[in-house]
Amino acid sequence: MNIFQDANRKQIANRRKTDWYLHILFVIATSIGVLALCALIVDILVDGIARLQPELFTNFPSRKADGSGMKSALVGTIYMLLIMAPISFIFGVGAAIYLEEYAKKGRLTRIIQLNISTLAGVPSIVYGILGLTLFVRLLSLDRSLIAGALTMTLLVLPIIIVSAQEAIRAVPKSRRDASFALGATKWQTVYRSVMPSALPGVLTGVILAMSRAIGETAPLVMIGALTYVAFLPDGLKDSFTVIPIQVYNWLSKPQLEFKELAASGIIVLLALLLLMNFSAILLRNKYQKNV
Amino acid sequence: MEALININKLNLFYGAFHALKDVTLTIPEKAITAFIGPSGCGKSTLLRTLNRMNDMIPGTRIEGGIAIGGTEIYSNEVDVETLRKKVGMVFQQPNPFPKSIYDNVAYGPRLHGITSKRELDEIVETSLKSAVLWEEVKDHLKRSAFGLSGGQQQRLCIARALAVNPNILLMDEATSALDPISTLKIEELAQELKDKYTIVMVTHNMHQAARVSNQTVFFLNGEVIEYSDTEKLFSNPTDQRTEDYISGRFG
Amino acid sequence: MPGQGLQTVSKAQTASKEIYDFKNKRVSIMNKVMPVLLFLCASVSVLTTIGIVVTLISETYQFFQKIPIFDFLFGTKWSPLIPPKSFGVLPLLSGTLMITFIACLVAIPLGLASAIYLSEYAPKRVRKIVKPILEVLAGVPTIVYGYFALSLVTPLIQSIFHSAGVFNALSAGIVVGIMIIPMVSSLSEDAMSSVPRSLRDGAYALGATRFEVALKIVVPAAFSGIVASAVLAFSRAIGETMIVTVAAGSTPNMTVNPLESIQTMTAYIVQVSLGDTPHGTIEYGSIFAVGMTLFVITFLLNILAQYIARKFREEY
Repeated sequence: MNIFQDANRKQIANRRKTDWYLHILFVIATSIGVLALCALIVDILVDGIARLQPELFTNFPSRKADGSGMKSALVGTIYMLLIMAPISFIFGVGAAIYLEEYAKKGRLTRIIQLNISTLAGVPSIVYGILGLTLFVRLLSLDRSLIAGALTMTLLVLPIIIVSAQEAIRAVPKSRRDASFALGATKWQTVYRSVMPSALPGVLTGVILAMSRAIGETAPLVMIGALTYVAFLPDGLKDSFTVIPIQVYNWLSKPQLEFKELAASGIIVLLALLLLMNFSAILLRNKYQKNV
Repeated sequence: MEALININKLNLFYGAFHALKDVTLTIPEKAITAFIGPSGCGKSTLLRTLNRMNDMIPGTRIEGGIAIGGTEIYSNEVDVETLRKKVGMVFQQPNPFPKSIYDNVAYGPRLHGITSKRELDEIVETSLKSAVLWEEVKDHLKRSAFGLSGGQQQRLCIARALAVNPNILLMDEATSALDPISTLKIEELAQELKDKYTIVMVTHNMHQAARVSNQTVFFLNGEVIEYSDTEKLFSNPTDQRTEDYISGRFG
Repeated sequence: MPGQGLQTVSKAQTASKEIYDFKNKRVSIMNKVMPVLLFLCASVSVLTTIGIVVTLISETYQFFQKIPIFDFLFGTKWSPLIPPKSFGVLPLLSGTLMITFIACLVAIPLGLASAIYLSEYAPKRVRKIVKPILEVLAGVPTIVYGYFALSLVTPLIQSIFHSAGVFNALSAGIVVGIMIIPMVSSLSEDAMSSVPRSLRDGAYALGATRFEVALKIVVPAAFSGIVASAVLAFSRAIGETMIVTVAAGSTPNMTVNPLESIQTMTAYIVQVSLGDTPHGTIEYGSIFAVGMTLFVITFLLNILAQYIARKFREEY
């Protein structure tokens, strides 16, 4: 007795065929994204590799493409990072500690939390408008390094807070209990038991947020980071430029040579991003082994 | 009782792990066969080879043969979809789809090409009646299946399996997530269904096997230690390990 | 570390007088000050929101003193710099929507198909490699995409459609679409992966094939998560600035032809702030009115996405 005899093999063969076609379709769709990324990288490498010379790092931008460099932009980006990193670390991690360890579950906390996730979705250019009004005009910081860094700090804070919260939440409750049971106060517990375990995760989040910040262009254009800077910023209130803005400047010129410069500027920017992401991954791996 | 399923020297590996060792077994038609044994003994694994649900776990390798009604189920002659249509399955946790009661039952028939509304209505009604759920739900077939109680959901899953007109029904610890009253209902249902279907159930509950099944198979560490009529296995086991297990000395 | 807690205890024990003195004042200062300081940190985010809202409202209010709100919202001509000046936002809005529409046309099908592939078809190893690669797309700076649009996508479009300009909406829209693929694919894949394994088993056990499980069980069950991801991607496309500034042009243009140059709301804001527009002029005020429009739209979309996603979580 064959119980499979009445099966409609033709109908099943058709359904399998559909499954196979859809499978191929899904693979193609997925590869389009991957291929676009490859095309982007190859395109930029091909255009920009020739101009990736020492002058790019040692020279200031100039009217002529030959010998033009991005020294001021590179230094500007690094200065911005140096100012932004500590400020956003303190405020971001402080906010995360408050929300995870101190805040009582209530209306206020819920509002703060909802507010943070909403802020993460605000277009970056809107932060530029805020920076322009608040820092550039109201606090009369002018179009300065510090105004730019503060604007970018506000932009990356939600990202840092959310990732720091996750890192703090991942510390097991037993760690806290052990500390409390030895007579430690709340702050001692947070500072000496929770934070050391959460720190690698927190730092990973901070680095990733910084890498988001150094690629941002729009808010800095808003607050008026200059597109042509032939000097290095000397103090917090000096004007400045950063790599993406330098790239934008080169990109908006019609000559082919400047387009190549833009491409080589992008290579530097991407290399910097890669470096930061790589260190974040290293940190995360180390962290995962420790827990 | 005639044998419907013949398992011959079946070996199953998950990667390097040897999960089933030389299993040889026959399962009679239109009766209830129970698989018992401590957890990790391979009873669920064997159940899942009967409708080839193990195919989806990467790294699974199978040697030996399983024939249902004389047809090798791992041969090219049988599509896995057809096999699963003929060998229905009910799971440990009730798993209704997030759809209406009607659509849950009609899901299988629709897959297999039935589109006529009248035909579907009929299948839904008979399946729900067979699963003794019809009287409870007939007035709100369009409501979400998630609104049913756990026991009702499990009977809905049985109805869903019956709707594609299987010959065999596999029950993988189908009552372990249910309360005693719902469990009793499912057991009674199984007793009724065995007149029309061949039922194979995995249970962690020896008393259930003793109450419900006609034949019982005892597994240990991936091997079949003993199988015989339920009454004989529980009253007069031949193997010492079986006796130790059913008298509660381990497991 | 617990060890340091121990030290505190042993110190207290050596000074026998202090054994029963439970009021350790040195420690309690930190316990009083820190919560306040930390609360201040947390309030920065709320202050940021208030800052954004107050800034936009006050400057926009002044702008509407000069330009009637009706003319702004329903005017079909945007000519802020060249007289006769006109401030009808619809051309900018239509430009923005065209970019967003093209982007979603690219990102939603590709992202959803990728999500289905990664969640239902791909072997674990492939998924572990491909998912992060797709996510890199979201981490590439937008100015880099601007370059990509100008140097590769636009010439490609021009070689197919000869009427396409150097700056056109299609090129920018496609590239914005590529950028937001991972928003759709990652969030949808998360939603699909959280559909319980048992539902898939139930369908497979009835003889369903993979696409039937994916399209008839998993996608419907994860539907609100998928919709939320699409709404978020939509909102992201609306706020995208540099790609459209570089590749879509600066011609406020109420057209439905994607091969023409257009201007989006964001690109207009950049254009004005690049020039040295003095504070107090109508042009200066106009960036706040446009920014306000942008903020309100994206804000509402984000709230909508959160609402949909929350509803989804309640189902399981």
